[in-house]
Amino acid sequence: MLYYILRRVVTMIPTLLVISFLTFIIIELPAGDYISNQIAALKAAGESSSVAKLEFLRAEFALDRPFLERYLIWVGLWPGPHGFDGLLQGNWGWSFEYEKPVADVIGPTLPMTIILNMATILFVYVVSFPIGIYSATRQYSWGDYGFTFVGYIGLATPNFLLGLIMLYLANRWFGLSIGGLMDPEYIGRPMSVDKMLSILAHLIVPTIVIGTAGTAAMIRRLRANLLDELHRQYVTTARAKGMREARLLVKYPLRMALNPFIADIGNLIPSLVSGSVIVSVVLNLPTVGPVLLNALQSQDQFLAGFILLFVAILTLIGMLVSDLLLAVLDPRIRLGGRAAS
Amino acid sequence: MSVKDEAGAPVEHYVNPEPFDPAQAETLTAEQEAYYQASQWKIMWWKFRRHKVAVWSGVILLLFYLCVPFAELIAPYSANERSNDHLYAPPQQLRLFHEGSFVGPFVYGMTSSIDLETVKWVFEEDRTDVQPLRFFCKGPDYRFWGLVEGSFHLVCPAEGGTLFLLGTDRLGRDVFSGLVYGARLSLTVGLIGVTISIVLGLFFGGLAGFFGGVIDSLIQRLIEILRSLPELPLWMALSAALPVTWSPVWIYLGITVILGLLDWPGLARAVRSKLLALREEEYAKAATLMGARPSRVIRKHLLPGFTSHIIASATLSIPAMILGETALSYLNLGLRRPAVSWGVLLNEAQDISVVVVYPWLMAPVIPIIIVVLAFNFLGDGLRDAADPYK
Repeated sequence: MLYYILRRVVTMIPTLLVISFLTFIIIELPAGDYISNQIAALKAAGESSSVAKLEFLRAEFALDRPFLERYLIWVGLWPGPHGFDGLLQGNWGWSFEYEKPVADVIGPTLPMTIILNMATILFVYVVSFPIGIYSATRQYSWGDYGFTFVGYIGLATPNFLLGLIMLYLANRWFGLSIGGLMDPEYIGRPMSVDKMLSILAHLIVPTIVIGTAGTAAMIRRLRANLLDELHRQYVTTARAKGMREARLLVKYPLRMALNPFIADIGNLIPSLVSGSVIVSVVLNLPTVGPVLLNALQSQDQFLAGFILLFVAILTLIGMLVSDLLLAVLDPRIRLGGRAAS
Repeated sequence: MSVKDEAGAPVEHYVNPEPFDPAQAETLTAEQEAYYQASQWKIMWWKFRRHKVAVWSGVILLLFYLCVPFAELIAPYSANERSNDHLYAPPQQLRLFHEGSFVGPFVYGMTSSIDLETVKWVFEEDRTDVQPLRFFCKGPDYRFWGLVEGSFHLVCPAEGGTLFLLGTDRLGRDVFSGLVYGARLSLTVGLIGVTISIVLGLFFGGLAGFFGGVIDSLIQRLIEILRSLPELPLWMALSAALPVTWSPVWIYLGITVILGLLDWPGLARAVRSKLLALREEEYAKAATLMGARPSRVIRKHLLPGFTSHIIASATLSIPAMILGETALSYLNLGLRRPAVSWGVLLNEAQDISVVVVYPWLMAPVIPIIIVVLAFNFLGDGLRDAADPYK
């Protein structure tokens, strides 16, 4: 098991490198950089006094180096103006827009992002599991049809529109603002039990909004998998031998259907994280979503780059956890070492 | 050696005079015969037809897609036409009966007054002002597809009247007309994006599946990495990189390319696994042995075997692209006025306090959900039909 975990973690390293490189390419795509654009604007306005300062800043952040060198400096594999000082050394870069280190800008939003995503995944599991089992064991019952229908609607409704609709309805019916992640009075206060509760209460709506599509997909998959298993002969045999229905279900078919259930959530995580970004913008949650949007619009490249990388790493870790869970569940993977993906 | 009877004389050659029926072992009914002789595509069509929901979804989508070529004819106004007297006007209800008597489709006129307390326009239905709709009429001028001058509309408001079926927005632009025009961009974004994604998917999947080995594992790794990335933040970053100076047409093309660029891995994976299975078939081997080049083997012999699968999975990825465009435009990262798409229209609904007062700004949500749902059902039906022999 330890060997499996180790190998699985090691395979993440090249993936991370490729992802960081892709991220860097993407944030470097817009013409120029934040500072050279400012310089151009100042020159156009005829002000050349502060240009020198900006030129200094450009050199300070190594924006005048060639592309590959900039990338390596950013990651921290190449000495920059201040020696090795990049992501690997724990320096997340500088936000030009806020004139603060990136860590200070998004530091407070990171835990919220992680909490929100974990809550969503938990929600998907907790809701889809019993419903999936119910739908499969009571196939073609009214409940099954009901859940299937709701599932289709949930699958088709894009999460940010759902967020918009929820916002509207909550405002309309209850006069309630469901945006934000805590009551305004707790903002800036130290963590306390009341604050925790307030956060939890505000987590409910975004979690449902982000998780609905994923839950619908998981219910469909679990139902299909379980139905496949329930028609196997061993189930008939067990039933013929007089095994009680509940025990029969838990003992064999459910265990078989559980594997794809866990594996699928790995595939779902990217879309969940995607959803959390845009839903955060719509519902105005203090996660990295709104910050990313701002950073992209103002071409605050290091901030945007770090957030993109953070979000990608979050999905990678999510997939890692789902793989490890799978390995715990299924000895074939743990011992065979075949499914390394 | 000839057959002899017991006495030793040769037996005469015996021929049964009755006509020979080759199907005498198992006679086929007319239906079965038709089934066995039908082409693959015909059987798929039969199978698809049985999936009622999918068929109806197809019909609904066709209706929606009619807006694409004929937007100018269907919309009563043009998408960016402002009506300065009707800012945030509520939807006008379509009616048939006026004071108990049938008049045909009409709307009541609106009287507007300003509420000085909240400083906003208040519109009220004027129950005496009957404005019957005109059909097949001359309305506001437009350039059909930006090329041909025209003024013919399917439906116009009464002379001097208004027809805001879904209300108007901040600048008095008709939301319904916006939806009709928006369909042009929103619905085609998916088609073009999927085309790009199919081309990329076929190329990479084909490379990986046909050649195998190092190429295969390299492409496999790439696919895995791309699939593990959250799409939307990347879409956002890429479309933020589109130059602001580009014209709407170029932005539109840029967005379709971006949407297609990140979508191909799923398709490539499907192509690869199909190719891996099919290239072991006898006929593929035979073609290779006869000296056909790989591209010919793939195109002529392997591709027809899984075209239906590609179409089905492509159908399923169109809604994701439509939603992608909507999300980007909603966030101000995608299309902008004067280009009109459903996402651009939804942009008006960004401020929730505005939406609460003028809920009809949310109208684009409805066609989006219908189209996405329809594409999902259609894709499901196609996927079931793609394997007609199962």
